[in-house]
Amino acid sequence: MFEPQDPNRIQLNSKGQLRHFLTTEGLSRELLTEILDTADSFIDMGAKQIKKVPLLRGRTVVNLFFEASTRTLSTFELAAKRLSADVLNLNISTSSTSKGETLKDTLMTLEAMHSDMFVVRHADSGAAHFIASRVTPDVAVINAGDGRHAHPTQAMLDMLTIRRHKGDFAPLKVAIVGDILHSRVARSQIHALRTLGASEVRVIGPKTLLPRHIEAMGVKVFTDMRSGLQDVDVIMMLRLQKERMNSALLPSESEFYRLYGMTTEKLAYARPDAVVMHPGPINRGVEIESAIADGPRSLILDQVTNGIAVRMAVMSMAMSGQTVERQHPHEQAQ
Amino acid sequence: MTSGSLSVDALLDKMGTELKALLEQRHIDNPLIVGIRTGGVWIAERLQQQLGFEDPIGILDISFYRDDFTQKGLHPSVQPSQLPGDTEGRHIVLIDDVLMSGRTVRAALNELFDYGRPASVTLVTLLDLQRRELPIQADIVGGTLAIGPNQVVKLSGPEPLELNIRQRT
Amino acid sequence: MNIRITGGRVIDPSQQLDQVTDLYIGAGEIVGIGTAPAGFAAEQTLDANGQVVCPGLVDLCAHVREPGYTHKGSIARETAAAAAGGITTLVTPPTTNPIVDTPAVAQLIQDKARDSGLARVMPMGALTRGLEGEQLSPMHALASSGCIAFSNSRQPIRSSLVLMRCLEYAATHDLLVLFQAQDAELAKGCMHDDSTSTRLGLAGIPEAAETVEVARCLILVEQTGVRAHFGQISCERSARMIMEARARGLSVSADVAVHHLLLSDINVDGFDSHYHVIPPLRSQLDRAGLRQALLADGIQAICSDHQPHDAIAKQAPFAATEPGMSGLETLLSLSLMLVDQDLLELPQLIAKLTCEPAAILGIDAGTLRAGRAADVCIFDPEARWTPTAATTRSGGSNSPFMGTELHGRVTHTLLGGELVYQL
Repeated sequence: MFEPQDPNRIQLNSKGQLRHFLTTEGLSRELLTEILDTADSFIDMGAKQIKKVPLLRGRTVVNLFFEASTRTLSTFELAAKRLSADVLNLNISTSSTSKGETLKDTLMTLEAMHSDMFVVRHADSGAAHFIASRVTPDVAVINAGDGRHAHPTQAMLDMLTIRRHKGDFAPLKVAIVGDILHSRVARSQIHALRTLGASEVRVIGPKTLLPRHIEAMGVKVFTDMRSGLQDVDVIMMLRLQKERMNSALLPSESEFYRLYGMTTEKLAYARPDAVVMHPGPINRGVEIESAIADGPRSLILDQVTNGIAVRMAVMSMAMSGQTVERQHPHEQAQ
Repeated sequence: MTSGSLSVDALLDKMGTELKALLEQRHIDNPLIVGIRTGGVWIAERLQQQLGFEDPIGILDISFYRDDFTQKGLHPSVQPSQLPGDTEGRHIVLIDDVLMSGRTVRAALNELFDYGRPASVTLVTLLDLQRRELPIQADIVGGTLAIGPNQVVKLSGPEPLELNIRQRT
Repeated sequence: MNIRITGGRVIDPSQQLDQVTDLYIGAGEIVGIGTAPAGFAAEQTLDANGQVVCPGLVDLCAHVREPGYTHKGSIARETAAAAAGGITTLVTPPTTNPIVDTPAVAQLIQDKARDSGLARVMPMGALTRGLEGEQLSPMHALASSGCIAFSNSRQPIRSSLVLMRCLEYAATHDLLVLFQAQDAELAKGCMHDDSTSTRLGLAGIPEAAETVEVARCLILVEQTGVRAHFGQISCERSARMIMEARARGLSVSADVAVHHLLLSDINVDGFDSHYHVIPPLRSQLDRAGLRQALLADGIQAICSDHQPHDAIAKQAPFAATEPGMSGLETLLSLSLMLVDQDLLELPQLIAKLTCEPAAILGIDAGTLRAGRAADVCIFDPEARWTPTAATTRSGGSNSPFMGTELHGRVTHTLLGGELVYQL
């Protein structure tokens, strides 16, 4: 009775193409692979003198950030500009007024300005779904991080980084380490890794930072690094927010680092060719030892480069999916 | 001609000879051969062998430069363009299989110029369907063909290279 | 006015009645079933052929939003919604603004309800002043002004000493205390804590947020001997603890909101804020446990937990929306699904909506006994209808059932012998 329909269907147009990018959950392996392939093409564009394509010329992309993040904002801005779009950056503080009204008013204003795409970052889980369900039908919505729910472009740039280093996902054992509970990145990584066929996905952290029934997402749960990193090919560290330290979740930074920080000693538990990733910015000496972050096994800088290409890929694919839908509105009735 | 296929070897021989003469006439001795994906690349490879150039050919994928994005969206199987070395100041021979409206060549020229400013661009096409919508004309043409509004020409390859004409479905 | 209701299936669980017969109403009271009293001359006849005639429903929890939140609902609109839903008596929580901790507010609510004349509205008084959990409210005075029960709603009473004093004082005056059990700290979230909340990244509320508080309350109820009721429980474990307490002879009872019997946490998938309710929709195991408890008499009543909202309250990302759904008009139709699903017989269900909640409150309602007020609900069990925002009488159309075809529809509602709703 009253079983929910596939809630992530909103991401696809009537032809099954991407029209919003809200979560990696529920997307097919083919579609995720298409994102990676398209991103690969954009990476190779780096050889050009003019690092721009005219794909989104004349389109307006609005970066709608309800939660400050200079890094993510600047990669989205750069990606949009390399696609020749006009870019408007809006940092909206939700502290002063009622959240709901701010969001609704902002959307109405932006729609009146005939924007073509919203890149949304918000502190509430589901904010991107909410906006995608409210905007006029031909505006594409890209989720740049919503609460603890999803950060799909971050996950896809991680997938691209893994694929460029390891090739195939099938043989890989991947461990995600740290604050899983509050991490939208971890959730999006798990869905993407499972869909792309990684042989095993593990999460490692103390029980206070592991959400309830996380194993239902298809991961193995470990609470210690020695067994959790055994035979692992890829280690994905998560960022630990400072404010978590001042709560009942963890006793101290040093105890966390001692148990879950990525050190040379703990890296030895993993496979000899294991690589280490981190979404940044890094808390050196809390999540990861400097020698590892800057060392040959670290892919942290590759992640940054790949981030722009992945964002270009999903922006052009979502705009394309919206465009196709506009050309064939009669096929929408399903 | 209603439908069918024809071998392109004879056309290629003729194009190779003409291209060689044209390059000599223009005093170009080390051009960069660039094919437009997919058919143009096959033609480019054959012409490169025929003319005996050493440099690897360049490949252009113009998906990101097409002017019909607003109507058709992104081509689902985009692949990266590969241009060997610096194109700045080079003489480029740009090769496509079929020249119809001229829009593909326009997109290819735009992409080429984003890599750098070439010294010259010579356009080579296997077939000219004489349905130009833009003022773009090839320097070397394998053959011209008039087809009906409901017919399409498609090059299949790379081995054997064949031109197929069929009714639009 | 003398009214005769003819040919309906009259179901009144308070007197184990279930037969096709006529009902006679005179001077606002039930005057006879089956045979007309001597000299009865009907001024109006209602043909109830093919329909069910039962006591007007008694709803143990419906927020009328007045005073204080009239942008969400009002006594006039919510009682109109109640009448359309066959509900003739409803209990409102003390969470108005101002809070029901003075006789004036209690009287204001009742005066407004009398003015609208569409349903009986019984306010609950605050258990502590301002619901702040520190000082006892003037319970005796509030009871004298019409407060039917006392509750701290979902506001915490952190000190167990204060809670115990509240219960002792209520027991002194034999007042009913109603718990909406929730541990404030554990309840900091917006949906049931389980795999769905994990996947959606929504902060979870574990069952312990309810069960810890139910346990604390039960122990203090046992110690103080107060009459107590648990409103809108959501966990199977809570129902079991309450059932055990009843088995030990404690004077406790429980109700459940109808949506907790039909929905579960997986409905939140997709972030539809209409499913944002507190207590949260729990697991399918909890739902099964609640349904079982309903059969085993662990849960005596079903309520609407009606919480109308203005549109903006639901138009935000899930966690930022206000919890609660509008439910007066759909209470009966949704409850009838339990009969469709073969969980309950129709008379059993009607008992949970009429005489059982009336017995919890200790009031003369939810019955068709001769001499009682003629609060009657007539519904067509076969009629299909689709609630929509346009036809909703309540101030809030915030319900996930809007646009869903429902089975069973109220055709007439009588309050004290007056026809207050007719389809």
